[in-house]
Amino acid sequence: MNQKVLLTSKEVNIILHRLACQLIEKHLDFSDTILIGIQPRGTFLAERLKDLLEKEYQVPNIALGYLDITFFRDDFRRTNKPLEANKTQINFLVENKKVIFIDDVLYTGRSIRSALTAIQSFGRPSGIELLTLIDRRFSRDLPIQPDYRGRQVDAINGEKVKVCWKEQDGEDGVFLINNNQ
Amino acid sequence: MSELSVNHLLGIKYINNKDIDLIFETADHFKEVINRPIKKVPSLRDITIANIFFENSTRTKLSFELAQKRLSADVISFSAAQSSVKKGETLIDTVNNILSMKVDMVVMRHSNPGAAYFLSKNVKASIVNAGDGAHEHPTQALLDSYSIREKLGNVAGKKVVIVGDILHSRVALSNIYALQMQGAEVKVCGPNTLIPRYIESLGVTVEPNLRKALEWCDVANMLRVQNERMDVNFFPSTREYAQQYGVDKNLLDSLNKEIVIMHPGPINRGVEITSDVADSQQSVILNQVENGVAIRMAVIYLLASKIQ
Repeated sequence: MNQKVLLTSKEVNIILHRLACQLIEKHLDFSDTILIGIQPRGTFLAERLKDLLEKEYQVPNIALGYLDITFFRDDFRRTNKPLEANKTQINFLVENKKVIFIDDVLYTGRSIRSALTAIQSFGRPSGIELLTLIDRRFSRDLPIQPDYRGRQVDAINGEKVKVCWKEQDGEDGVFLINNNQ
Repeated sequence: MSELSVNHLLGIKYINNKDIDLIFETADHFKEVINRPIKKVPSLRDITIANIFFENSTRTKLSFELAQKRLSADVISFSAAQSSVKKGETLIDTVNNILSMKVDMVVMRHSNPGAAYFLSKNVKASIVNAGDGAHEHPTQALLDSYSIREKLGNVAGKKVVIVGDILHSRVALSNIYALQMQGAEVKVCGPNTLIPRYIESLGVTVEPNLRKALEWCDVANMLRVQNERMDVNFFPSTREYAQQYGVDKNLLDSLNKEIVIMHPGPINRGVEITSDVADSQQSVILNQVENGVAIRMAVIYLLASKIQ
């Protein structure tokens, strides 16, 4: 297994600040905006952004929820791996709110397609945007693109992009892993 | 998350503790889903399920149908009263005719013990036993344990007494298997005539005195007297049964602790429990019904994920 560093902890931090500023530019005081972290790995990024916005940029009371898309996926019975569900926690209605989906890596776009269906169970948002830390170019199965992106990465199919968070993995960082070598 | 160890749910005795944990974890997620404003997920949109009920059922049938619809499966329901079974068709023929219409899963209730097992050996579909005679009713036992886990935090180490008509009860047998598998201690209580002769070989003890049984337990699961399965009189009168084995509020309040009251339904109010007990804070009867949908969603989802 061959591992290459795409982003260091310092670079991740700079990107998070930039993404936070871009969100403020568009959503100002977040009074009508809701952040939704996509389970399982989008939740770390969502929590980090909420923290930054509240503590560094003094935007108080940001609504944050977690959305699990397992039961909305289109590959049920089509993969050998059993699908693993996570907790959905959305304690508010999203009716007429601006929703921002937050995920770590945008790859085929199928997770986001599932999330677009899943969020409808909680109401009809006035609009939905997508923020991802890593956008894997040229690998989309569906016409889905991010509105806010941390870094664009070119990776071929045998390669995996792994995002590490200090809360779970000990240190922030993004790695390109090649399983073929 | 792992997979179920079985392709059919025929009874609790065919599954293991890990399967039960997996079903409970999955049911936790579905319980959250059924409390959303829109209570439906599209997971099973390409699965067709036949509910075949050769015996009467209200709650179980509704609960299964609702679970299937919440998972977006296509559902056909069928009860024996309107079917060709009355015209002399065999069970295998009936089910194979249904399966040739491209059905992936069969949920069946039948009055003969072992009917679901028999079907699983003879037809190509995933089978869920919704009650076979006096044998097993696995989803009821799962939802009972799930309700205990929800109310008391854990099933292991809890003391559960099953009161009433143990002899004719599939709920009792499945509950005994499920509770023991999860580390609970089980007693049964009822008139001698309604306790199966070799019940102790299952590792349960018999307590003929209701008060003593209730003083001992954390949970009392009150069963209905199944008059429709009785060809002789097993006790002198319903009134006498109610006096000796019925729980009323006075009895409940006179215990030295607060116990949880369960009932798989349908309740005969005034016989096994009185109305004030059934509607009291200690009763989890309606929680059992709600949990039934989540448990059945979990079972169907997990079995469907194994259909090739």
